[in-house]
Amino acid sequence: MKIESINTKVGDAVTSAREKVIEVRNLVKKFGSFVANDHLNFEVYRGEIFGFLGANGAGKTTAMRILCGLSSPTSGELSVGGFDVYRQAEQIKRNIGYMSQKFSLYEDMTVAENIRFYAGIYGISVKQRKEKERVLLQKLQLEDARDKLIASLPLGWKQKLAFSVALLHDPKIIFLDEPTGGVDPITRRQFWDFIYEAAAEGKTIFVTTHYMDEAEYCDRVSIMVDGRIAALDTPEKLKQQFLSEDMNGVFLKLARGAQNGE
Amino acid sequence: MIRVNNISKSYKDVQALQRISFEVQEGELFGLIGPDGAGKTTLMRILMTLLLPDEGQAAMHGLDVVRDYKEIRQLVGYMPGRFSLYQDLSVEENLAFFATVFGTSIEENYALIKDIYQQIEPFKKRLAGKLSGGMKQKLALSCALIHKPKILVLDEPTTGVDAVSRKEFWDMLKKLQTQGITILVSTPYMDEAGLCDRVALMQKGEILRIDPPEQIVANYTRTLLAARSTEMHRLILDLREWDSIDTAYAFGQFAHVTPKKEGLTAYELERYLKTKNHQQLQVHQIAPGIEDVFMALIVGNEE
Repeated sequence: MKIESINTKVGDAVTSAREKVIEVRNLVKKFGSFVANDHLNFEVYRGEIFGFLGANGAGKTTAMRILCGLSSPTSGELSVGGFDVYRQAEQIKRNIGYMSQKFSLYEDMTVAENIRFYAGIYGISVKQRKEKERVLLQKLQLEDARDKLIASLPLGWKQKLAFSVALLHDPKIIFLDEPTGGVDPITRRQFWDFIYEAAAEGKTIFVTTHYMDEAEYCDRVSIMVDGRIAALDTPEKLKQQFLSEDMNGVFLKLARGAQNGE
Repeated sequence: MIRVNNISKSYKDVQALQRISFEVQEGELFGLIGPDGAGKTTLMRILMTLLLPDEGQAAMHGLDVVRDYKEIRQLVGYMPGRFSLYQDLSVEENLAFFATVFGTSIEENYALIKDIYQQIEPFKKRLAGKLSGGMKQKLALSCALIHKPKILVLDEPTTGVDAVSRKEFWDMLKKLQTQGITILVSTPYMDEAGLCDRVALMQKGEILRIDPPEQIVANYTRTLLAARSTEMHRLILDLREWDSIDTAYAFGQFAHVTPKKEGLTAYELERYLKTKNHQQLQVHQIAPGIEDVFMALIVGNEE
């Protein structure tokens, strides 16, 4: 009886952990004769924080754009959230969230206007949007900033707001492209609290970063070099494999031999 | 070489710099460390004679930044945060342009930029706008050096750059320093503080501390513990819940923990975490890094 109850609990965790939300088989993307992605293979599971690392120019952005349905692969099989990237790019876009440091919120619109705008794009009803807006502003303690322009907010607030807005339509997967650049070390860690929380709720997080300490916070990490995935494992195993104290050491060992490096 | 005395600057209702003072010695590699909004760029623009301070004075090599701006511009090299390059000129043309503006030629000072420029020379016919981020960075540095400046000022040269390129860039700076150039560099990456001779930690227009990096960490006297378990997120939540703990933040694979009262031992912390059923616990006392000190200073500053 006792064992059975434990098993149910563990069993739930195991099945949810095994549910693949991203599957990539032999992804190839060429621009003319240049191979940006050279036979990538990986999968990402539900509720996982998946770190997608690589040097500038290694092919991360290309792969990320394909996974988000913004660009088509040259060849390979890919599904994101159960949708095929060739035939169901529109469904993918509707079922993922995306946030990048460069583009997220409209600077010359207020906090409330941005929320209304994104809610509109994702077809969220007015009633639902009002409720979501209330919860979101309360959680971020931004009630007083509701009618302020985004441009007037500190960068750390913008990042947290952009993350919450990207979750507004309740996507299964959220792509974060260097979400924490430029903020102070405390704000950067507060942002990771948000990421952990979303993952604990079953969201899948796909994140790129240049901060190697953040690579340690991921469940698994892939490192791209010259368009290929040079390593993919938990941070712990990667450190053992490359005999490094930390992820910075792993990264330097792998990326230093790069050909397309800059 | 650089002397800053009580400089203040506001934009409308934002106080960007509040009575900033510091000096940089000749041949020193000096770092301004702080997040966006700390005032690093404003300070550099004032020193580069591109912006007037509201109050205070600053001198570069004995020349006043307001009165002697023309002379200063001849003796400083500046690499701004957003690229200064002409996107529709080639690599070679950009370099020739900067040389001509300063009344020199590429040949005259080639020795100084040789190591850096050689890495991008194979692409010298390419338009600057078509270069990758790392190559642009090398070209911008070459352009900032082509008139053989006495002082080199670099505004966040490594932001958004990967760990390998960042390391290479710092190696280049160290090399330039050996050639007698005084370097003022800003960065949001705390780990780069350790590569400077001295650093100023900045936050919201103020300098929190100026010292050699090793001194900054040596002055930190509070107890600091590191803890890890198989579940980082739950670990941090459990740590924050305990009333003996002041702060708990993730630092790579460990959480760094500041207790409320001094002298909390690793053993006591481990005993608490065991009651929360954490697996594969490791707890020990550690020496702080720059980032720990910076975070403590920010919290102290806001209280």
